[in-house]
Amino acid sequence: MSYQGKFRVWRGDDSGGALEDFTVEVNEGEVVLDIIHRLQATQAPDLAVRWNCKAGKCGSCSAEINGRPRLLCMTRMSVFEESETITVTPMRTFPIIRDLVTDVSFNYTKAREVPSFAPPKDLAPGEYRMQQVDVERSQEFRKCIECFLCQNTCHVVRDHEENKEAFSGPRFLMRVAELEMHPLDTADRVDQAQDQHGLGLCNITKCCTEVCPEHIHITDNALIPMKERVADRKYDPIVWLGNKLFRRS
Amino acid sequence: MPELERHSFDVLVIGAGGAGLRAAIEAREHGLRTAVLCKSLFGKAHTVMAEGGIAAAMGNANESDNWQVHFRDTMRGGKFLNNWRMAELHAQEAPQRVWELETYGALFDRTKDGRISQRNFGGHEYPRLAHVGDRTGLELIRTLQQKIVSLQQDDFKEFGDYEARLRVFQEFTVTELAKDGDRIAGAFGYWRESGRFVLFEAPAVILATGGIGKSFKVTSNSWEYTGDGHALAMRAGASLINMEFIQFHPTGMVWPPSVKGILVTESVRGDGGVLRNSDGKRFMFDYIPEVFKDKYADNEEEADRWYTDQANNRRPPELLPRDEVARAINSEVKADRGSPHGGVFLDVSTRLPAEEIRRRLPSMHHQFKELADVDITAQPMEVGPTCHYVMGGVEVDPDTGSSSVAGLYAAGEVSGGMHGSNRLGGNSLSDLLVFGRRAGAGAAEYVLALKDRPVVAEDIVTEARATALKPFQQEGGENPYTLHMELQQSMNDLVGIIRRAGEMEEALQRLEKLKERARSLTVEGHQQFNPGWHLALDLRNMLLVSECVAKAALLRTESRGGHTRDDHPSMDAEWRRKLLVCTASGDGVSVVEKPQIPIRSDLLDLFDRTELEKYLTSEELS
Amino acid sequence: MARAEIAARTLRTDRWWLPPLTTFVGLLLISIYAAFRTFQGNYYWVDEYHYLTPMYSPCLTEECIPAASHFGQWFPALPGFLTPPLLIIPFLLGFRITCYYYRKAYYRAAWASPPACAVAEPHSKYTGETRFPLIAQNLHRYFFYAASILLLVNIYDAVSAFSTGLGLGNIILLVNVGLLAAYTLSCHSCRHIAGGRLKHFSKHPVRYWTWTQISKLNNRHMQLAWASLIFVCLTDLYVALVASETISDLRFIN
Ligand SMILES: Cc1cc2nc3c(=O)[nH]c(=O)nc-3n(C[C@H](O)[C@H](O)[C@H](O)COP(=O)(O)OP(=O)(O)OC[C@H]3O[C@@H](n4cnc5c(N)ncnc54)[C@H](O)[C@@H]3O)c2cc1C
Ligand code: SF4
Ligand code: SF4
Ligand code: FES
Ligand code: FES
Repeated sequence: MSYQGKFRVWRGDDSGGALEDFTVEVNEGEVVLDIIHRLQATQAPDLAVRWNCKAGKCGSCSAEINGRPRLLCMTRMSVFEESETITVTPMRTFPIIRDLVTDVSFNYTKAREVPSFAPPKDLAPGEYRMQQVDVERSQEFRKCIECFLCQNTCHVVRDHEENKEAFSGPRFLMRVAELEMHPLDTADRVDQAQDQHGLGLCNITKCCTEVCPEHIHITDNALIPMKERVADRKYDPIVWLGNKLFRRS
Repeated sequence: MPELERHSFDVLVIGAGGAGLRAAIEAREHGLRTAVLCKSLFGKAHTVMAEGGIAAAMGNANESDNWQVHFRDTMRGGKFLNNWRMAELHAQEAPQRVWELETYGALFDRTKDGRISQRNFGGHEYPRLAHVGDRTGLELIRTLQQKIVSLQQDDFKEFGDYEARLRVFQEFTVTELAKDGDRIAGAFGYWRESGRFVLFEAPAVILATGGIGKSFKVTSNSWEYTGDGHALAMRAGASLINMEFIQFHPTGMVWPPSVKGILVTESVRGDGGVLRNSDGKRFMFDYIPEVFKDKYADNEEEADRWYTDQANNRRPPELLPRDEVARAINSEVKADRGSPHGGVFLDVSTRLPAEEIRRRLPSMHHQFKELADVDITAQPMEVGPTCHYVMGGVEVDPDTGSSSVAGLYAAGEVSGGMHGSNRLGGNSLSDLLVFGRRAGAGAAEYVLALKDRPVVAEDIVTEARATALKPFQQEGGENPYTLHMELQQSMNDLVGIIRRAGEMEEALQRLEKLKERARSLTVEGHQQFNPGWHLALDLRNMLLVSECVAKAALLRTESRGGHTRDDHPSMDAEWRRKLLVCTASGDGVSVVEKPQIPIRSDLLDLFDRTELEKYLTSEELS
Repeated sequence: MARAEIAARTLRTDRWWLPPLTTFVGLLLISIYAAFRTFQGNYYWVDEYHYLTPMYSPCLTEECIPAASHFGQWFPALPGFLTPPLLIIPFLLGFRITCYYYRKAYYRAAWASPPACAVAEPHSKYTGETRFPLIAQNLHRYFFYAASILLLVNIYDAVSAFSTGLGLGNIILLVNVGLLAAYTLSCHSCRHIAGGRLKHFSKHPVRYWTWTQISKLNNRHMQLAWASLIFVCLTDLYVALVASETISDLRFIN
């Protein structure tokens, strides 16, 4: 059940690069990452790619396959025609290091800008009590494997490098939502979301949700609820009027 | 030669898994400037893959649970070969370490009264594993990662620099430890991205590099698990113990070939999944060893009742310790009662409603659906043993994690002793936290007590650099991938789950030849993100560690836990009193026996005498 | 450090342009139809069976057919080509335009921002919903309140039409308000107000239950948005056809 598959893999670094053609054996049950590994072992020993778990758990192997952001280890070869040429390219939004490996430090910088969990001061370890229904919303967000595919796909930064400064991206806006919905978090995160993390730049076009390999409902369960909380706070005319009249002066 | 990048820290943590991160947090909280080094991106270490849970006797699900029970289970699981002091500390401190995670922001699944929910696992008498669905490792590592970020934010407030006291160097491989006389002085390595070399000067180094599974063909471990820490420790003069004990997890995927070895979590069985052979028989009832007869049900009715009434029924034999289950599966397959692809059937579909399976085992459901086209809510899975965990590792002082080399510490999977001859599921994640913290504190205290800082001599750097660059200088040698595949095949076939003297001798011969060929490896391309080169360097460590495994396995003429000898099938109480210690010698290793420290009497008193008789010699009992 | 040099705007090989195109054409056709009917100013009321098209409800100006003004005529007749629906359309349109789903739909289909995932957008600058006018999208929940009131009016219309018996038109009006209600209830703002804003569900069991039910509907918000939109047009068409006596209503009980 094996055949010779046609591949085009982007090779290069920050000084330039191009798609390179390969013909390589494909066997039953394989995923794209297996093919990349076969290329390494047989034709291109220095082909750079990140991976760890090979089971969609670590979020290392993010790339773009036929233009769609995906995990290499979770993309089965059986979804393609045998005659199809499969194009594998690195994530576009981040600076290239080499071949399929990009510099994802943008994400670590953004992670550091989200203020950490702030538990009540008087609660000792072991005394935390939380109900399952109260933790479930944040638990969904904590399924995130930090593959950064959502960050890569979001057009706010993918198509506008200049927005990287102001926009934390879906992954970290979701982190803000996660803490905001954490039953024991005491910090106020609503203004932050809008002012520091650029929630207003998101136009809820849902590409983050479309590409998330963990099937987290990023837009519906994190971003829109955050927008609603911001609306509570900032765009409620009565509150707004109150602020104008009493606090400003 | 380009200018060498240099950094100086108080404590250097090699490894960013659970053990490394917990150690780094502790060292930083002692006020020391700490660096964490890891081969992958921050947050991707092996710990992220752990599924089932963290064992801690919090007693939330069953109030009878306490540290003594947990201690007993751990010792039994390890067939009493465990370092009892480690098992004691582990059982006592695990609950605090788990609760601490909640203060860092972890969100475990909850009980009705709002406490942390705990689930059943093989070898644990009570439901004991704190968990988040089947992605507990992810929760653990993310929580620790976020705690690190939180400490960095504190530093930012204080010093205006996030990295003032705690810095992560990701995608960085350590190739050598440096010493000043007898003391650790730092570490040398390269950025994977650029291939440039870096010297870290630090008086204390904590190894938290995880395991060695990549030396085996069928494994649940990733490319990171090349035994670097084990090899670094040996080359620095420290010793390894228990290297013959390797845990083969009973349930790895067997099909399709490309995912062979990938883990199927034990929670599948903990939550009701059963093992069947091709005759449809629940064969585990035939494999309950004598020592466990009073704890495990011998008929299906009782086993099934146990899930709802644990007080009055014995446990199903599917939940025997991993070594027993792995051997049983192996025997069934050998007797031609296996599944089409050479495993056995693991079935939850007939045991739980589909909705419940999706809720409790979401990532298993996803994994099988995506990778094998199997819907586990409707079909059985095919599973077989896979190399999963190494019980052996750096010999350490239980209380501080210190190795025999001053300034060198180890914690987590890279350290040895805690799990004896076999680790219980869930005991690793708790091990990481308990001993990660202790190693962090131990290293910090060592550094704080130092009068002068060690320095790294220049010739050490020159030599380390030359060793690392050697594969580029040679021409016409072999491709590292070929060698790696041969090594994996040899270890799998000859030092695998069932061992024989003759085969292990052959393995040792093959290892000698591989070592020879490895000297003239050639890699193409340049230093920048070059996986061929990375593998060539890792191969050196894998060969060294594999030799330890094979030599120790050949010497231990008994079967115990993760070491099964076809030619010595029974457990031997005399061997329980002996540890095999592996040290570097020449370009290979030497393995010698060492007496085990006798178990403290108050800990022995926790067991029935009849039970002890199964493990201890009469001399020890009198 | 630079990004990988890949010239193609996208390497997607599927027909990624099809969904935005379909959305665009769909929205365009419906807009044309709605504009035509709004300015037609006729055939919105079937006196015999008390069918009032939702597009003209409530009919609040003096040029309305008196029987169609269920809630009275609050305003004088509108000058020139202006018609009664213009009073309610700002709210209905506002509701749909600021709806989170429609925003996604037209940002993609009409503004190509982005046209599809991982397909580069043509604009050189992007400020999202941070500035005027798009910042006004944050007012969605007030349109939700307004639309909820209009929905109640539509329900009243649909129910009161039963006073004349039962015909196909009644069923259509009923299905129409059913779909409108489902769409309105599945609104993200509604989900937020009902319970989403709470930090501790466990302390508010009723609101939690409501939230879970609305969340289920919310999962289908896109489908409901289209179904209700298309069905409003069909309902209106049916009323118009009956009112203009092009067809006659199919009566079951009379
Ligand atoms: C699939 C799977 C499921 C598991 N499930 C469970 C479970 O449910 N419960 C449980 O208790 N245990 C489980 N385990 C075991 C447990 O996850 C591991 O034993 C544990 O995570 C090891 O943690 P660690 O901190 O020692 O090392 P790791 O998390 O593996 O981290 C090792 C770190 O060291 C770094 N490193 C290695 N070499 C170098 C070098 N040369 N230079 C620099 N850095 C280096 C790596 O980059 C990595 O960051 C599971 C294991 C697997 C594989
Ligand atoms: S929904 Fe928002 S965050 Fe997600 S991809 Fe679209 S613009 Fe980006
Ligand atoms: S939210 Fe989803 S897509 Fe984004 S980083 Fe996490 S797992 Fe990846
Ligand atoms: S390798 Fe871990 S997600 Fe693909
Ligand atoms: S979100 Fe669509 S109507 Fe409110």
